[in-house]
Amino acid sequence: MSVSPAQTDEITRPEYCAIACAEVFRGDGEIMASAFGTAPAIGARLARLTFSPDLVLTDGDAALVEGAPPIGAAPDSLVLESHMPYRKVFDVVWSGRRNLIMMASQIDRTGNQNISAIGDWSRPKAQLVGVRGAPGNTVNHSTSYWVPNHSKRSFVEHVDVVCGVGYERAAAAGPAGSRFHEIRHVISNLGVFDFETPDKVMRIRSLHPGVTIDEVIDATGFELAMSDQVPDTRLPTPEELELIRTVLDPRSLRDREVKP
Amino acid sequence: MADKRLGLDELIGELSSGMTIGIGGWGSRRKPMAAIRAILRSDLTDLTVVSYGGPDVGLLCAAGKVKKAVYGFVTLDSIPTDPHFKAARQNGAIEAMEVDEGMFYVGLLAASQRVPFLPTRAGLGSDVLRFNPSIKTVISPYDDGEELVAMPALRLDAAIVHVNRADAKGTGQILGPDPFFDEIFLGAADRRFMTTERLIGTDRFSSEGPIQTMSISRLLTDGVVETPNGAHFTACVPDYPRDEAFQKAYVAAAGDPDQWASFVERYLAVEEPGYQSAVKEFAADWAQQRVAGDDAPSKEIVK
Repeated sequence: MSVSPAQTDEITRPEYCAIACAEVFRGDGEIMASAFGTAPAIGARLARLTFSPDLVLTDGDAALVEGAPPIGAAPDSLVLESHMPYRKVFDVVWSGRRNLIMMASQIDRTGNQNISAIGDWSRPKAQLVGVRGAPGNTVNHSTSYWVPNHSKRSFVEHVDVVCGVGYERAAAAGPAGSRFHEIRHVISNLGVFDFETPDKVMRIRSLHPGVTIDEVIDATGFELAMSDQVPDTRLPTPEELELIRTVLDPRSLRDREVKP
Repeated sequence: MADKRLGLDELIGELSSGMTIGIGGWGSRRKPMAAIRAILRSDLTDLTVVSYGGPDVGLLCAAGKVKKAVYGFVTLDSIPTDPHFKAARQNGAIEAMEVDEGMFYVGLLAASQRVPFLPTRAGLGSDVLRFNPSIKTVISPYDDGEELVAMPALRLDAAIVHVNRADAKGTGQILGPDPFFDEIFLGAADRRFMTTERLIGTDRFSSEGPIQTMSISRLLTDGVVETPNGAHFTACVPDYPRDEAFQKAYVAAAGDPDQWASFVERYLAVEEPGYQSAVKEFAADWAQQRVAGDDAPSKEIVK
């Protein structure tokens, strides 16, 4: 299946986000891929169908599924391959055989993430869902974050509540905290970020085509590290584009999350 | 052979104010809602509620029953947060012990194994340890010397879970795909209660599902109550899915004091049979509205 150059010219922002999310799973072997949000869900499936074929996906309920079903697929259309109730999910988390993209209401310079509360935790301005599994996830296996609305409200100097543990906190907790800790990437609607600097602070890894560095700086509440030449987020291959558009997300749910 | 059958009122009679009560299920799934509604109608107060939280926690907060909530999250699944829990936290109306959901599991496990704590990596480096200064770390006595979280046992005075089928002796059968942590809640508790969609003879379990579904042994229960549709409006698959329309109406009503008063009057100030018939009326009204082309329940339905 091929995509004509005309179509390639029209690659949308949500499609770059999906490709960037897929890259999180590159090089992963036979581990459980968990992904929250639309672009991460497409990305994990895309990685499974292309460069990381041994990944195992979940049905979002209590099972592992065969293959990479389209997002929003009817439950009775899935082929289940193993029982994975929550109690066993913890077995997988603590074994380290998992790679995860979580959402973040706030994220900061050293990779701390917050989904618990805005303001003072003891009496918050806004109570969110709670710390959930973020503390345990981040010290047990690789974790990345997806922020579909990059702004100074989401990219903050210090998060209000440290749920997902960043590099500085993991190091301060000693060898037990840092041994299995890795914040791999942060993907937003504007670009991709990582912590590949000597002092493990957030760096611009790539910008989605059409986004300027100034735009990112203006939308970020702290100083970002960057190299002299910031690359663009890579293009999807024609095969990948075809998979996103016709196999994995034919109803274009991705366009409801990030403006195309 | 002991007959463990109880009525809802008898179950409530086994509880007292100030207790620490564990509630089974997960989020807005397989919650013992009929028992929660019975607690709402009772004069019980000052409770510490330990839960993978859903509308159970929200409703208990709304009724002023909660002194302290122990949780990793409180969510309605299809709606990210519970409005009453949110309000209780933002108004400072309750104490909170918020822990990683894996730490929560380990805490129940420690209680069920009668040890004071269990070590875990989960929690290290996070604000969970800052906001819960009573949770200590422990240094491995072996060569690795790792410093881990010593998650304290979450011992419960009572636990209540809801299952698809049960017998009079207190064996429980879970027919849905996830048993959640119900067994461990019961194991962690001094008084152990189970509500069920349907009481059946022990010899009927095997026609309902394979041996793995008979997951709650009678070693873990003291009382069992038959409460048909008793997890409503949370999901209790395969018997029924979450009642999304009703859950939306619950959230909408919570946003306005007058609407909430009407919701309480219609659904919560009545005994369980009254609740169930009001829910049937709600479903009929909602179905009619859908036919009329309106997908969302109107405010009138709540009243």
